[in-house]
Amino acid sequence: MKPAYQKYFRDNLPHIWCAGCGNGIVMSAWARAVDELGLDKNNMIGVSGIGCSSRITGYLDLHTLHTAHGRALPFATGAKMARPDMDVFVFSGDGDCSAIGGNHFIHACRRNINMTLIVINNNIYGMTGGQFSPLTPFGKKATTAPYGSIDRSFNLCDLAIGAGASFVARGDIFHAKQLTDLIKAGYQHKGFSVIEVIAACPISYGRRNGIPNPADMMQYIKEHTVMKAAAEKMSAEELADKHIIGVLQEINEAPEYCESYAALCERVQGGTK
Amino acid sequence: MAKKSFDVQVIAKLCKACGICVSLCPKNVFDRAADGKAVVSRPEECIGCVSCELHCPDFCVEVMEKEAE
Repeated sequence: MKPAYQKYFRDNLPHIWCAGCGNGIVMSAWARAVDELGLDKNNMIGVSGIGCSSRITGYLDLHTLHTAHGRALPFATGAKMARPDMDVFVFSGDGDCSAIGGNHFIHACRRNINMTLIVINNNIYGMTGGQFSPLTPFGKKATTAPYGSIDRSFNLCDLAIGAGASFVARGDIFHAKQLTDLIKAGYQHKGFSVIEVIAACPISYGRRNGIPNPADMMQYIKEHTVMKAAAEKMSAEELADKHIIGVLQEINEAPEYCESYAALCERVQGGTK
Repeated sequence: MAKKSFDVQVIAKLCKACGICVSLCPKNVFDRAADGKAVVSRPEECIGCVSCELHCPDFCVEVMEKEAE
């Protein structure tokens, strides 16, 4: 195994995820990113909620918290407020982040606390048997939508931008090298960084939607993602079923929450303890 | 300049036979065993694009450049 993976992973592999699951690809992209940044694993906190993707913290050799469903961000906010010197990474899934933890998500976006959120979007609740999530595209099938979902899906990155997130990017598991760069850029940004990753669930999503083979799913993701620069030259019809990838928002002027808090303590009581 | 050569390894214990490396390899380096797992059959064909390594969900493929002989 690559030295970067050995360095940041616990010795408990193989992992629990199904064959062809995108979570492992995101996990290795993350490991390459933190290795290239030279981050100390003893100074990193990994936080996750509940779901397939949230199992990631069980495999990372950091200070890790596997918390309540949808509540990864509140736990991470607490950790970061207590130890602003530590690097916090939050791993979440599409259901965990946009449904159960949807409210926490938008408020973390506006609060702009310095941490990196990686949302692995596989369009489905995989662990519980394939129910549709708020990110299941309109018309796609799930166990709870056997004739196709009639719910319109969120555009998670637009939601994050609307809620005031200061760094928003979208990557995917096919463009794995770019994903590593996006995670690095998200970490380097001072403030709340949201990175949505378009990922594959061949078992719970692919099998019901005509793409059960992991290799075909990879090809599907390749064909349904467009770089931001290329997307600017395309029409709305051409972009209808495509995901735009790249850095979508970066604001450096927004006040960072830990700094605002320290300034507040300084102002009213002469400094934090 | 001499052509670079690479050593490709698959950790069979971790492989879940998803077939992603086999399908993405541009040089057909891999075959699939009877159980579907990837086996390195033609390592001399490898051009070191590391697509297999980047896309393996189970961290079991590694491509290493060989020292020049």
